[in-house]
Amino acid sequence: MNFDLRLPIGLMFSFYGALLTIYGLVGDKAQYERSLGININLVWGIVMLAFGVFMLTLALKSKNKGS
Amino acid sequence: MHIQLGPIDYLILIVYFLFVLGIGWMLKRYMKGSADFFLSGRSIPAWVTGLAFISANLGAQEVIGMAASGAKYGIMTSHFYWVGAIPAMVFLAIFMMPFYYGSKARSVPEYLKMRFDEKTRGLNAISFAVMTVFSSGISMYALARLLELILGWNFHLSIIVSAVVVLVYIFLGGLTSAIYNEVLQFFMIVLGFTPLVFLALKDIGGWSGLKEKLIPVATGQNFAPGTWTQSWSHMGHVGDNPMGVEWFGMVMGLGFVLSFGYWCTDFLVVQRAMAAKNMNAARRTPLIAAFPKMLFPALVILPGMIAIAMHYSTPGGFLPAGKDGTPDYNMTIPTLLAHYLPTGLLGIGFTALMASFMSGMAGNVTAFNTVWTYDIYQSYLAPNKSDHHYLWMGRFATVAGIIISIGCAYLASRFNNIMDMLQLVFGFVNAPLFATFLLGMFWRRATGHGAFFGLLGGTLGAAVFHGMALAKGNVPGIKGGWLAERLHLSPIPYHNDMGQNFYMALVAWTTCFVLTIVISLATKQNKTDGELKGLVYSLTPKISSADEPWYKQPATLGIIVLAITVLLNIIFW
Repeated sequence: MNFDLRLPIGLMFSFYGALLTIYGLVGDKAQYERSLGININLVWGIVMLAFGVFMLTLALKSKNKGS
Repeated sequence: MHIQLGPIDYLILIVYFLFVLGIGWMLKRYMKGSADFFLSGRSIPAWVTGLAFISANLGAQEVIGMAASGAKYGIMTSHFYWVGAIPAMVFLAIFMMPFYYGSKARSVPEYLKMRFDEKTRGLNAISFAVMTVFSSGISMYALARLLELILGWNFHLSIIVSAVVVLVYIFLGGLTSAIYNEVLQFFMIVLGFTPLVFLALKDIGGWSGLKEKLIPVATGQNFAPGTWTQSWSHMGHVGDNPMGVEWFGMVMGLGFVLSFGYWCTDFLVVQRAMAAKNMNAARRTPLIAAFPKMLFPALVILPGMIAIAMHYSTPGGFLPAGKDGTPDYNMTIPTLLAHYLPTGLLGIGFTALMASFMSGMAGNVTAFNTVWTYDIYQSYLAPNKSDHHYLWMGRFATVAGIIISIGCAYLASRFNNIMDMLQLVFGFVNAPLFATFLLGMFWRRATGHGAFFGLLGGTLGAAVFHGMALAKGNVPGIKGGWLAERLHLSPIPYHNDMGQNFYMALVAWTTCFVLTIVISLATKQNKTDGELKGLVYSLTPKISSADEPWYKQPATLGIIVLAITVLLNIIFW
């Protein structure tokens, strides 16, 4: 089957990661009281973005190899 | 308890739905025949089937239920993983998958037909089909109830929306769609719950802080101080731990009978491995699943332990109170989500929770439409139709299965007892199954009559045992003891439902095992050795994977998995 699942996984988590990173940077900081003072949106947004980009890289790499 | 989702959380949820539906839509053009729809054309790489293998089981009962058990019983809940699931998954991969995949059976009931006879298949297919639609209905009900409770969403709307989403993506992409979305859900759960567990654990003072705060939880219920954080040290006697079981009932009842029975014979999970692209990939599926699975207690059980520690150390409590005044353990995960996650990450955690409910439903629906179409419709109602006809029937069965599930969801919301009753009956039917498969695969003399009557006998044995046993504090009825009451005998006492349940499974298994052997010896083998080739151990050529690199060899992977599992048991002894 010519459908690489890593592509949608990569796209989705890159989007979520970017969204949370930006929101962590510009959003209301007072709400991080509940997350023990950690800007968890920013931290975890970067982690998810890295994961998403990693998946995308793998998918694009194998696509180039295939064609 | 109430959670307020922000616009950004809704955006995350909607984007998830779009991806889920988009994957279904992308896969539509690959669905050319029934084999594509029901078996994914046997073309999926092992890492995908492996992650789907865990996720299919990661439904409502797993995420909500394991956290609840973590709060109620502490780290002993990890036995469901480190004694139950993991060894069973290794056994499935090494010893049973060669017969499932090699026989070219399209479903577990079809294997029973090839190995035994038509009536054994029929019994298994029909009970399985009924069970899956009910389970999917219960999953839907649990989701809608939760959304109503914490978000104030409309119960009916939640049911319709979740049903329509699952319907659309399976209708379009069949099993492949379900499998791909299960993988998506796997990553959602891992990435959504990791920050939650991290924050909660940090808040309570790390593992050492948690251990300390769990001491009063244990002593308050008259158990030894370390009961909530030591998995084996308090298993000597049934009265020493909150589960009410000792090591023998645990290892044999939960580990050997219930877990091996579920992971090795339930088509819901086995179907994922059967979709793999070749024999080696099929055998590696449960092993690849085993690696993340053995770490899952950190994501699903640990939150429960943290929540109960908080509950006892916070004035006024942490968890909401249930009907009888005790903490409502099922609210563990939603309470933690609301407490620690800010808007943004809350959307991720919440979407992960919804995804797990939906993939639990989807897993049941894909298993149902396959068994219905191949094992019931094609076998008994309309044989010899075109492949295109069965593909159409598969889609129709998906729609029908979901409509019946919705019916079951409403049934569950009206009559809680009916659902308890049904689950009880399924328990009776399932408990003996593993004995039948074990004898079928490893004893060539086992016959069709032996298997069929062994299964019936095992089910009956389970029902009789249930009627004779009763846990402390329960009244005779759905919890057991009804037969003893009728016969004016005093029931066999158990400390609680769980211990009673483990022993019921053991009785069912033993009855089925002995009956199958006795009846097989008394009846003539109905299959020739030629017919049994590829289905029974002694008549099947051994598979060699010696030419694969070590990390692709099932036996090597299996040994690594078991070694780590033993290590985990020792660390948390």
